Amino acid sequence: MTVTEVRTGGGVRTPPPVRPRRRGIGWAQRLEIVALSGPAILVFIGFVIVPVAMAAYYGFYRWKGFGPPTDFVGLDNYVTILQDPAFHEALIHNGQIVVLSLIIQGPIAVGLALLLNQRMRGRSLIRVLIFVPYVIAEVIAGTAWALLLQSDGAVNGVLRSVGLDGLAQDWLSNPDLAIWTLMMILTWKYIGFAVILFLAGMQNIPEELSEAAAMDGATYWQTQWRITLPLLGPTIRIWAFLSIIGALQLFDLVYIIWGQYVASTAGTSTMATYMVTEGRNAANYGYGNAVAVVLFTISMIIALVYQRFVLRRDTEGHA
Amino acid sequence: MRHSRYFVALVLIGVMLGPVFYIIIGGFRTNSQITVDPAGLPDPWVIGNYTDVLTGDVFWRQVGNSTIVAVATTLGVVALGVMASYVLARYRFKGRAAMYALFAAGLMFPATVAITPLYILIKNLGLVNTLPGVILPQIAFGLPTTVIILVPFLRAIPRELEEAAAIDRCSRLGFFWRMVLPLSVPGLITVGILAFVNSWNSYLLPLFILNDQDGFTLPLGVQAFSSQYSVDTAKVLAFTSLSMIPALVFFSLFERRIVGGLTGAVKG
Repeated sequence: MTVTEVRTGGGVRTPPPVRPRRRGIGWAQRLEIVALSGPAILVFIGFVIVPVAMAAYYGFYRWKGFGPPTDFVGLDNYVTILQDPAFHEALIHNGQIVVLSLIIQGPIAVGLALLLNQRMRGRSLIRVLIFVPYVIAEVIAGTAWALLLQSDGAVNGVLRSVGLDGLAQDWLSNPDLAIWTLMMILTWKYIGFAVILFLAGMQNIPEELSEAAAMDGATYWQTQWRITLPLLGPTIRIWAFLSIIGALQLFDLVYIIWGQYVASTAGTSTMATYMVTEGRNAANYGYGNAVAVVLFTISMIIALVYQRFVLRRDTEGHA
Repeated sequence: MRHSRYFVALVLIGVMLGPVFYIIIGGFRTNSQITVDPAGLPDPWVIGNYTDVLTGDVFWRQVGNSTIVAVATTLGVVALGVMASYVLARYRFKGRAAMYALFAAGLMFPATVAITPLYILIKNLGLVNTLPGVILPQIAFGLPTTVIILVPFLRAIPRELEEAAAIDRCSRLGFFWRMVLPLSVPGLITVGILAFVNSWNSYLLPLFILNDQDGFTLPLGVQAFSSQYSVDTAKVLAFTSLSMIPALVFFSLFERRIVGGLTGAVKG
């Protein structure tokens, strides 16, 4: 834009016809800008920015949630968080969920996308069906899995009826097993999203490349390994970003299954569930908000680092 | 090779849909059937659980609440989002970059972080236990994704169109109303669907804001129902599967758009 303006301005002595319109930017345009973007900005600041800022403010108080916060404790809440074993446990779970999501869901999703990218009968129907769990509400998915995985539920029922009694487990309330149960449910719920993304990424890879590779005698797997996967890189990196942020902020499924059906989040607690159980249910609002601030800060740092070091090479090409 | 492909696909569908079928079919069984054989098929099939839910008013009231919340949220997100995106895409002014950065940063603010202050804010506004108390924050939290998707979309409308409109003495607002809105319908549908599905499934915000059973949306309703009838598994399964239907119908109608929207969102 600027380039063309400079050119017309420099080349022609008399003001170009665009000029009068540009001078009109003044009041009329300013009014349009305010009228059009004002409502969105007001709602966004009022219900997103202000509450986040308030969370930071409440984090400095010891506060039960009644009346204005008066008991200023400075950084005490944050010092407590640093020494709080329950928070450490939640943080470790978040870390496990981040890593396990990447190494379990990533390869499975790439494999399924490769499969569904081939010509086969009923392919579009399969694509829709694997997306169904992603569309189902967390509450419904959680309720269903809680019923399925109870110690006398359907999963153990099937295992026992086929003679695999040894495999029947206390899926939800055994704290050593719970995180793996959670990972299985998360994979079920969110793998469809990854597969759809990867399929869209594969659609953007020009077919001539694999055709040329086939002409040169490359096998199917060589083509996938040398051409499809590298070119899918940007999509995989964006999926990983979304997956990491989602895993750090995980709340609904854990809170529904382990809050309602198992009555204990031991073994699966996350920073977000810990924040809600401390803040809301134990009425430690000040402390709960400090946990929220820590959760937010960790997500922000990871997001910035990831964008700086991982996503940069993807955006540089476009800029 | 050829057959193994179909085998994998079949196993995949079984795993993905197994739990869904379990809840739907489970609703046709009796509790004693479930206790005796937790994984069996209904024998005989009973429809009492479903008819009980469908003839009571609890389920329908929650469907109504969810519909109001989701429709209002969608309209709000789309209307406010497209106006702000138009400004960001087509006007040049000081502070535009800052405004864009503000919305983009909003992607990093999960409702979880702000939930306690949000509750207090809504309480001070006198909106606790009301549907607007859920709708307003949902619009706000839906705006970042909407703006991120729509700005490139609106920027892609050719400048020549705008100039032609100006020659025809069409004001910028007239241009927005007569040209931009019709041209951006596909983008608006995409962001609208995302907002609708998110709102329909939303759990944390309604959990904090709606304490009164009469105002419950479906997700809260499912949870309340399943703890109230915790011994009546068959009825819980019926209620759960019925509350799944609206989202599934909506999804099958707009499946292409949802998938397209998600991929578009990630590319933008």
